[in-house]
Amino acid sequence: MWCRALNLRFGDDLRLCALTWLVVAAAMAVSLVQAQTPKRFFESPKSGISFASEEIRKLQDDELGNPALLLVDQARALWSQAPLASTSSPAKGKACAECHGKVESMKGVATRYPQVLEKHGLTNLEGRINLCRAEQQGQAAWAYETPQLLGMTALIASQSKGQSNQSSIEGSAKASFEAGHNLYYERMGQMNLSCAHCHEKSAGRRLLAEVISQGHPNAYPIYRLEWQATGSLHRRFRSCLNGVKAELWPQGSPQFLNLELFLAWRSQGLGIETPGVRR
Amino acid sequence: MAARVIAPSTVKKGEAFEVRILVGHVMENGFRRTEDGFRIPAKLVRTVFCRLVDASGEREVFRAELSSGIAANPLLQFRLRMQQSGELKFNWSDSDGESDQAQHRIDVV
Repeated sequence: MWCRALNLRFGDDLRLCALTWLVVAAAMAVSLVQAQTPKRFFESPKSGISFASEEIRKLQDDELGNPALLLVDQARALWSQAPLASTSSPAKGKACAECHGKVESMKGVATRYPQVLEKHGLTNLEGRINLCRAEQQGQAAWAYETPQLLGMTALIASQSKGQSNQSSIEGSAKASFEAGHNLYYERMGQMNLSCAHCHEKSAGRRLLAEVISQGHPNAYPIYRLEWQATGSLHRRFRSCLNGVKAELWPQGSPQFLNLELFLAWRSQGLGIETPGVRR
Repeated sequence: MAARVIAPSTVKKGEAFEVRILVGHVMENGFRRTEDGFRIPAKLVRTVFCRLVDASGEREVFRAELSSGIAANPLLQFRLRMQQSGELKFNWSDSDGESDQAQHRIDVV
């Protein structure tokens, strides 16, 4: 029809017509692929620290006085310390350093998490540390928010300071990514808000005394002044859910892991700054 | 109770420098309650002091009395001048009677 509209006659002009359609089809295919590739809301993401006050920025940048370093110090001692041999697996009980060497060798590790592990599904850095504890050390998992898990996560993540997250969202991670993506844009709680309502549409604006950040996970675990303590990303998720009066999932739940993967991808391009300090 | 002493390891004779100590402590003020309504007992660092030990003896160079208005993990800071090499000895104790200490060696060059 289009060919007729362009006054192209059947015969020698047919090739031209076919070519036109081919170009149109190719353009549509490209746009289809683009539609499938998720697009980040913030093309150049801004770290949460750039929304914080001067004093908080100073505290985070203080390489010696950052209060989260108290836990990092403890974790550094644990790194080279063999855990007590457990009765169930007396052969195990190696220190982290026996397999990994210096903790500096963990550079870049944090950029690959969360990732899907064949036997264990989607695993974040905390989960990976606990896998090492179970499989290599024969120890019980550290619970979320224990000083040991917070410290070890911060110690390992801080080795990748300045590096951007590289988590894959393709293949086996695709389903988790999509679940996390959907959760991010889903309205929830009595306030009937999605994450995006604050952290995308209203980022940079004020919520009472607080400037709303873009909600990137690049500085976790963080020392939060409101908590008077260091806490995990999943604890922060619970604070947000509490704010919109939604159901609080437990730390390490599949919902939070999916969300963590989505946020990690969303923050790509932003350097890791663990351990962060926030209000 | 963990702590970080933040001070140079070498200083110039008679020149003022900064000493900081970050004391890892919950500083529970005693006014907060648990989710079940029970009061969380107060647990506060009461005193932090620093003694300088050098060839001419030992003397106190810094003392702080903290109370419930101070946030968790207090960071204390003071300035000091030294004439000879020595060691800073920090001591602190809380309202439960728990105490701890930390040392930091400083050489005068």
